[in-house]
Amino acid sequence: MNTDVLIIGGGLMGFSTALQLAKRGARCIILDKDSPGRHASGVNAGGLRRLNRNPAEIPLSIASAEMWHDIASLVDSDCDTRFPGQIRVAENQQDMLALEQRAAMVRDLGYDHEEIIDRLELYKLVPALMPECEGALICRSDGYGRPFHALDAFRRKTCSLGVECHDSTRVDQIDHDHKGWRLITPKSEYRAPVLVNCAGAWAGPIAATLGEPVPLKAGAPMLMITERLPRFIEPVIGAASRKLSFKQMQNGTLLIGGAHMAELDFKRQSTEMNWAKLAVSAQTVMALFPQLKNVRIVRTWAGIEAFMPDHLPVISRSSTSPHAYHAFGFSAHGFQMSPIVGKILSQLILDDQTELPIEPFDIKRFRNDM
Amino acid sequence: MSAAELKSHYSLVIIGAGPAGLCAAVAAAEHGLDVALLDDQRAPGGQIYRAIESIPTERARLLGSEYQRGDKMVSAMRNADVEYYPDTQVWSLSREREIGLLCGRTAAMISADQVILAGGAIERPLPFPGWTLPGVMNAGAGQILFKSQGIVPADGVVLAGSGPLLLLLAWQYMHAGVQIEALLDFTPMRNHLRAMPYLPRALLAHHYLLNGLKYKMDLKRAGISTVQNVSNLRAKGEKSLESVSYIHSGQQQTIETDLLLTHFGIIPHIQLAQAAGCRHNWDKRQQCWRPQVDDWGNSSIDGILIVGDGVGIGGARTAEHAGRLTALQAVHKLGRIARHERDRLARDDRKWMRDEQHIRPFLEAFFHIPAKLLGAPADDTVVCRCEEVTAGAIRKAISVGHDDSNQVKFLTRCGMGPCQGRQCAESVAHIVATATGKSLPQVGLYRARPPASPLTLEQLARLFPDEKE
Repeated sequence: MNTDVLIIGGGLMGFSTALQLAKRGARCIILDKDSPGRHASGVNAGGLRRLNRNPAEIPLSIASAEMWHDIASLVDSDCDTRFPGQIRVAENQQDMLALEQRAAMVRDLGYDHEEIIDRLELYKLVPALMPECEGALICRSDGYGRPFHALDAFRRKTCSLGVECHDSTRVDQIDHDHKGWRLITPKSEYRAPVLVNCAGAWAGPIAATLGEPVPLKAGAPMLMITERLPRFIEPVIGAASRKLSFKQMQNGTLLIGGAHMAELDFKRQSTEMNWAKLAVSAQTVMALFPQLKNVRIVRTWAGIEAFMPDHLPVISRSSTSPHAYHAFGFSAHGFQMSPIVGKILSQLILDDQTELPIEPFDIKRFRNDM
Repeated sequence: MSAAELKSHYSLVIIGAGPAGLCAAVAAAEHGLDVALLDDQRAPGGQIYRAIESIPTERARLLGSEYQRGDKMVSAMRNADVEYYPDTQVWSLSREREIGLLCGRTAAMISADQVILAGGAIERPLPFPGWTLPGVMNAGAGQILFKSQGIVPADGVVLAGSGPLLLLLAWQYMHAGVQIEALLDFTPMRNHLRAMPYLPRALLAHHYLLNGLKYKMDLKRAGISTVQNVSNLRAKGEKSLESVSYIHSGQQQTIETDLLLTHFGIIPHIQLAQAAGCRHNWDKRQQCWRPQVDDWGNSSIDGILIVGDGVGIGGARTAEHAGRLTALQAVHKLGRIARHERDRLARDDRKWMRDEQHIRPFLEAFFHIPAKLLGAPADDTVVCRCEEVTAGAIRKAISVGHDDSNQVKFLTRCGMGPCQGRQCAESVAHIVATATGKSLPQVGLYRARPPASPLTLEQLARLFPDEKE
């Protein structure tokens, strides 16, 4: 099969990239070893967060937030997004000091999306919070979406523009010759001048095949969800000195994450919950919202994601091969970035330049590590 | 026993105190194993021998001699050196045999060298229009009320479905003086033909056939006739059930009633086996997923054994024998008896178990549920009760390219409620298979998302009080 661009990985990054390429007339085929959004893209916490990003990511994250606020114009669906703000709570003076330093740093870089709020405003926004907090850092128009709905919307829009997505199609071999790229799968052979690696936790071997190995580690952050409760909180809550991401979803359930990792058997693509670490998440929630102690946990899970040692993604041309590109390693905060990454990557592929700086995400940064 | 007495480790933990679990516990204790028997019910006996210790004699007599067999099994367990924990829900089981449980209201995490899953069966959920109305229940639920509290329908009842339990319940109700308005049999006529080839073998276990015939004759003599070859069941009512309609001989019939009990067979309760990651296979004849086990109950995961109706429907007597066999295997694996000793001790149970199985192929063919009933509910039929997802919504998700159980679940939320998909997993798989032409194994089952039963934030938090970030 021949096409213009072959994308490995039918997650949000792959579809977002294909969507932007297709809008500009390029033909794409996406190959996925499982089904679209089977791993990180479909089962992440759905956070749309600029708050507390690594400074290198801020320009992309801000541009992506603009796209999320108008996501229906891109994919004909609002992806169940809500924008009630994201808040990082200070439980004591020391926390508050750290948050104030963070706010000052972001301001000095010339951005105004993160602000400090005092006790008074914090309790106005989150009356349910335990009473001893000092204040918080807030990004008022951050929010969340529903990942699988977003994936579905991106997939449908992309496919409506003629992009093909072949699931259950594992790439066994990658070659390059004078005619371009050749991918061999159990059922057939694909050819295209351009290759894109959006394979998430499985991106490492692809980069290595291209002669540029990366220190990617697969991990499976655990999430848990409770029974439905009457609505009592709007913003997404994090804490300055604890691992927590806490929100009440559209249907009233509470989604609790804390970046604690499940036991992962990568070969079998299976995860097992680490209950001791989930207990820490439960303790954290009870510390901030003691009234929730009798709320029942109904489900837990962990999606398999790619983590880089510096927690920054790779968004980059290949440093070794012509017309090969990478977008992976989002280290559990890629959902928010997906619209802009597709746009950036399509610019890199079609224009050989991008509207926003991507030097910090260059794959060459790992040259000396491997 | 109560949570405070739980040890952190046992050589054998058995989950489920029905016939398989009870017999396994007794056999393992006889060989000196350190055994904990965990059960989510308040008293031992499982569904089949529910309330056997506390039931009044008169009610036990009404339930028949098969029910009374449970007495011996339960007292044997009581007299054996077994730590029995009633009212204990297991919410997690790992490959390494760590068991998360709720004993009363206290959460605990224990471990075992060997685990025997004896979780039995659940009734096959089969959605039809109106099945979520108050006044519509599973026949099994009706039987539970009868066994445990002696509650029978006071104002008459309509029984509908297909399967041995339906007939048994009708017979039990008849003896208890319940007015049975109608017994609607959904077993298609063609199943009689389908089952014929298995009849000769079934005759080797003729007591089952004779029992069945006796129930039928008794019902007929009492003036309760069975309406056969029925289709298109509908439960109707504003706030609760008011009437039941069905089609018989091309005619639509309606019966006014405020209670409908349905039954469409039973299927293995595989939730914990699935949570642990045991391999499962689709069984066409039993129309259900079954964990893969060998003759000794060994699952695909070392140290996890599965037995009884939880590996495939074999009935209570099969479960007794298999329970003992599996216990012997656990005893052997723990080095207490040699292989030849295990084989010697297993001989009688092996033989009796084979005898018990003669009837199964006949029953499976006779009570085969038509594909249309399983996989083609009307668009407005609710399939997932917890999240109120209809068959139409599921088919819509399928039509836009979500062609396996998990994708449908992600998109529609079916199976994401507190019951963890127990009620809809099979139905959704059948609907997807019917709509896509895929096979059940291709469509797959929901992936397990622990906890298998809910626990509170506080219960989880207290489980590891000293754990730090």
